Amino acid sequence: MNKTGTVAISASDLTKIYGERAALSHGSFVVPSGSICGFVGPNGSGKTTTIRMLLGLITPSGGSATVLGESIKHPEKYLPRVGAMIEGPAFYPALSGRENLKVLAELGGFPLARVDELLGKVDLAERGGSKFKTYSLGMKQRLGIAAALLPNPELLILDEPTNGLDPSGIQEVRGIIRDLANSGTTVFVSSHILSELEMICEYLVMLREGKVIFSGRTQELLSAQKPIIIARPEYEVDLAKLVNTLSEAGYQITIVDGALQIAAAKEASAEINRLAFDSGITLSSISVVLPTLEETFFEMTGDNK
Amino acid sequence: MIRVVIAELRKLRRPSLLLGTIATVGGLSALFTSIVFLMIDSEDGNTKRGESIGPKELSEALGLVYGFKLVGVFLGVVALCIFASQTAQEYSLGTLRNLLVRQPSRMKILAGKFIAMKLFALVMVLFAGALSIAISHALAGRAKVDTTAWGTSAAMHILFESALNIFLATLCYGTFGMILGLLFRSPISAIAVGVLWNLILENILAALINSTRKWLPGINFANLGEGGYPGLTYKHSIAVSLGYLIIGGALAAVLFKKRDVAN
Repeated sequence: MNKTGTVAISASDLTKIYGERAALSHGSFVVPSGSICGFVGPNGSGKTTTIRMLLGLITPSGGSATVLGESIKHPEKYLPRVGAMIEGPAFYPALSGRENLKVLAELGGFPLARVDELLGKVDLAERGGSKFKTYSLGMKQRLGIAAALLPNPELLILDEPTNGLDPSGIQEVRGIIRDLANSGTTVFVSSHILSELEMICEYLVMLREGKVIFSGRTQELLSAQKPIIIARPEYEVDLAKLVNTLSEAGYQITIVDGALQIAAAKEASAEINRLAFDSGITLSSISVVLPTLEETFFEMTGDNK
Repeated sequence: MIRVVIAELRKLRRPSLLLGTIATVGGLSALFTSIVFLMIDSEDGNTKRGESIGPKELSEALGLVYGFKLVGVFLGVVALCIFASQTAQEYSLGTLRNLLVRQPSRMKILAGKFIAMKLFALVMVLFAGALSIAISHALAGRAKVDTTAWGTSAAMHILFESALNIFLATLCYGTFGMILGLLFRSPISAIAVGVLWNLILENILAALINSTRKWLPGINFANLGEGGYPGLTYKHSIAVSLGYLIIGGALAAVLFKKRDVAN
């Protein structure tokens, strides 16, 4: 929970069933207000379905949810305060980027002056007059982000916002998200670039096959994972001897690039160092590495191909 | 809802659509009106179904709108295509989700779209009418048609009545197109079904079973534009057209309101 203890999104047993397949099954999670919350899961895990339900685009088969304190049964009560980009940017190809934003600004009752301000913010000021169909994927994505920012949202929902962006574009989006979060906006962002999410998200909701498998602080998730201890003997000839020594002591070992990777608590590093020393092996390095979000994600989703 | 209308008009007035429509409507209006006056002596006829209309009939008050009335059905088909594509493209482009996030009331979206397209159709009909009348005046001398009666109050009354009827028929075709757009959610399918049904299938059906003529939507829409005739009265066509549009519109509106937006 954040400083004020309020929640921007709360889902309880949220379910969507298509035929006999559950796109989301009894999904329960909370997104604290003012946080940046990552929404991760393999393709087809139910992320977009969940986002669509939160935006009132599809009707849940069961369960309930609130967005900014209002039930998702009444999207008209909260959508004026929500910005969203769902499943990539969708605009009218024959209209310019500026005209596309004006259509949405007029529809939402936002001042048209905001359009040029936002085009500048996403670095599209010069190409705002060009037709949408002439835009590169990155430009389309930036226009989608600008459209999501039109209402000056309290909650911003972004579905894969960095798709098609170059590294500097990704950095810009990261900056925009951080700025928004600093100004109190809650950001709920799905992305397949997990390293990106790890850098900016304090909270995570993780889905697998339509089920929420984790919802909470990112740090909580990562610290619950077993770290990996990497031990490298000074001389490569000692590698086999070290493997034997540690195996006899009950450690599970894999050899990667001339070093041993041992899945164990970080406190075990002292014992490993001592066992090596007692066997007459000098270690050139020993380090404890926490698994990344990507490794944790693969571990939890079982999708480590 | 006003906001939806304004936003829709911004889409409708984009140059490719507006100029394309003006060019199509203007071309059709010019073509049909010119045929009436330039082929006045042709043995193949100068009006629909190979019939002939001479300088005497064209010199009457009705002569002012003769070309305009001929183009009425085609204005309807153009409206059908525009209404169908503008509605269905929201699904095919995926833009409907943007619209619904900014305006969650689906009925307001639908009503706003309908009003904006009605205004667009009105501009289309007025342009076609004005061009047809201008061409009629320009070609009347060459066809030896006396235009004295065209300036009378009776002619103005006929002009107003014809414009209203053609606008009404255009709206019926357009609404039919909008319903197809909502049902098929694909511009190509909606336009293909609409045009095929109205221009080909209905005529085949009516030719095979004459009694169906009174009950087919397209034939009744067209009859509204022509102001009715003894075999198929204006009142009957109004009732049949309204019946189709109310039932079809209600079905499409319920679908639009309830259906998940999953694309």
